Amino acid sequence: MKSYLFIISKPPHSGIYVQESLDIILTTAAFEQAVSLLFLDDGVFNLKNRQNPNASGLKDTAAIFDALALYDVNALYIESESLQERGLSPDALCLPTQAICRNQLSQFIGQFSVLVTQ
Amino acid sequence: MIFAIQINSSPYHSNGGHAAYAFVAAALAQGHQIFRVFFYHDGIYHALRYTTPPDDEADPTARWSQLAAHHNLDLVVCISAAQRRGLLCADEAQHQGKLDNDVADGFRISGLGQWVEATLVAERLVIFG
Repeated sequence: MKSYLFIISKPPHSGIYVQESLDIILTTAAFEQAVSLLFLDDGVFNLKNRQNPNASGLKDTAAIFDALALYDVNALYIESESLQERGLSPDALCLPTQAICRNQLSQFIGQFSVLVTQ
Repeated sequence: MIFAIQINSSPYHSNGGHAAYAFVAAALAQGHQIFRVFFYHDGIYHALRYTTPPDDEADPTARWSQLAAHHNLDLVVCISAAQRRGLLCADEAQHQGKLDNDVADGFRISGLGQWVEATLVAERLVIFG
């Protein structure tokens, strides 16, 4: 088993990127690997609550993030500064996350064996 | 060292594919092993059989096909990303009631499990966007 960190840095509905990233995350989890997610930059918008993309004919990717728990993916991390810079607070998110400060990121990322960026 | 390579961008959208090709060629020349090259997101456009650039331009798809033939490289295109963008192998096209074989020589279409396997076997995953 390896430890994977997937860094989500693109906002929802930026093309098909997030949806395809979720496919690769869920597949890795289905292969019973240790999966963690880090939401960074505009990627934090993926967890914004009260999204209604169906009205625009788009798929509700927040609901897929919600399903991560079914695959035992519970290690969700978010960069505090990314939230603050976008006027968001943790209670505006649809899932519980663990906050990490920007100056801790390098050390945090270093503990994983496979790093997957978007 | 054993490398797994992931390519996420199309040949003409960024230089990611070009950089990946240069990296793979250099790694092979130095005796490293490339376990697999996995084409994901818009990277699947590298595998289009009928790309026909002008004669005085590089042909990214042909270069990968040639490199694969010379080094027995495993070039894998993600099936869901490929089908979403209209890239179907002959079997799948027939299965879907469609025609044609769109996959260039040296590439094969398979699932995301191949990506997971590559990352498990390789000592390094290198992603080109």
